[in-house]
Amino acid sequence: MLAKRIIPCLDVKNGTTVKGVHFVDFRDAGDPVELGKQYSLQGADELVYLDITASHEGRKTFLDLVRRVASQLNIPFTVGGGINELHDVEQLLNAGADKVSVNSAAIRDPQLIEEIANHFGSQVCVVAIDAKPEQQSVIAGLTRNPLQEQWICYLNGGRIPTNKNLFDWAKEAENRGAGEILFTSMAHDGVKTGYANEALAVLSGLLSIPVIASGGAGTKEHFKDVFTKGKADAALAASVFHFGEISITELKHYLKKENINIRIDNLN
Amino acid sequence: MVVALIKYNAGNVYSVEYALKRLGIEPVITADSEILHKADKVIFPGVGEAKTTMEYLKSLKLDQVIVDLKQPVIGICLGMQLLCRHSEEGDVDCLGIFDAPVLKFQPQKHEDKVPHTGWDTITHLKGDLYKNVPENSFAYYVHSFYVPANDFTIAQTDYIQEFSASIRKDNFYAVQFHPEKSGAVGEQILRNFLNI
Repeated sequence: MLAKRIIPCLDVKNGTTVKGVHFVDFRDAGDPVELGKQYSLQGADELVYLDITASHEGRKTFLDLVRRVASQLNIPFTVGGGINELHDVEQLLNAGADKVSVNSAAIRDPQLIEEIANHFGSQVCVVAIDAKPEQQSVIAGLTRNPLQEQWICYLNGGRIPTNKNLFDWAKEAENRGAGEILFTSMAHDGVKTGYANEALAVLSGLLSIPVIASGGAGTKEHFKDVFTKGKADAALAASVFHFGEISITELKHYLKKENINIRIDNLN
Repeated sequence: MVVALIKYNAGNVYSVEYALKRLGIEPVITADSEILHKADKVIFPGVGEAKTTMEYLKSLKLDQVIVDLKQPVIGICLGMQLLCRHSEEGDVDCLGIFDAPVLKFQPQKHEDKVPHTGWDTITHLKGDLYKNVPENSFAYYVHSFYVPANDFTIAQTDYIQEFSASIRKDNFYAVQFHPEKSGAVGEQILRNFLNI
């Protein structure tokens, strides 16, 4: 049976892994390649490397880092941040990335999704969406219907609001050829109170491509909830792994015990 | 041991190269028929679309070279599909080593997402390629087309229906999943192939 995936996300700035709390305040969490290898040994199913400074400083993603990751890791990984055109995608794939994640550039020029899908296949095209509900009450669990709220997509690492609605944009991205949607709830990100399960469940019901949940992981139970209540295909997290608050090995054994279909590599 | 990796416009040639290097093998990446014929092992990678890839292989005359190979050969993902008779992807005749069709997944319910993406279990494991690989090990998949279970099947996966995770006929081996991205399990399968 197809396993639910656990995906550590490594935000990279100046060659170092960092994790933003609400996208702003950074703490150091180590060397990206070494960290990736450790995660792989612990049982991570995939990795995501995001060049977080790229989109607003116009920086190209770290090709050298991608080559090092590709040469040393035996699991798939996605690279994102600062991808503006097809040429960026080609360079990253040639350096050994399995998938690329596009965010702001796809909102500015949705045609980019078709171009990536047509040239390299939908399977390499992850569309990342940063969104936040206009009412913040979603965190307190006061709002029961996530569709009654306006989930607004943001550009440039959550700095600039757009007029795009999360659900409409995700569906459009799928129709244009996205292979997966990586949805980050900005309201939940860094808060560690659980994922945006209601919005995720709506998204998962709406789309026929896999949904990767991001933003809000604080406990092992949050991962169970995002798979059962949020219907996510994969769960992404950063700081809980980087700072050793949750070990991936323990998390996977917990999830397996909770009857979530999860991969345990019995040769590792 | 000379391990040749067939060089063409496949998306995962370099991922396979890196995987072999991690096992201490420096592969020759080539489209040269003489080198391919003389190699001890040949790996036929593949990520892409069946029809354009078949046309490309024909333009390099690699179609003839591949079917004539006598040493152990392994096709990976699209490489496996192209070793079959015909693919529904672009309605194209393939190399025909395996008398089996390549069909598009037909989702039966909302959860049946296509492409089949991620880690899935391999079962009914047979033969040397799966030596020391436990039943129900997980392998990494990304594909929208599949080869139904048939007489050549040496490993199966159940997604939408039972399909061939892996097939074998004489010196030709093939895997639908990506051993180069399948962690320690994938490394064991690659090592097994190199030891055949």
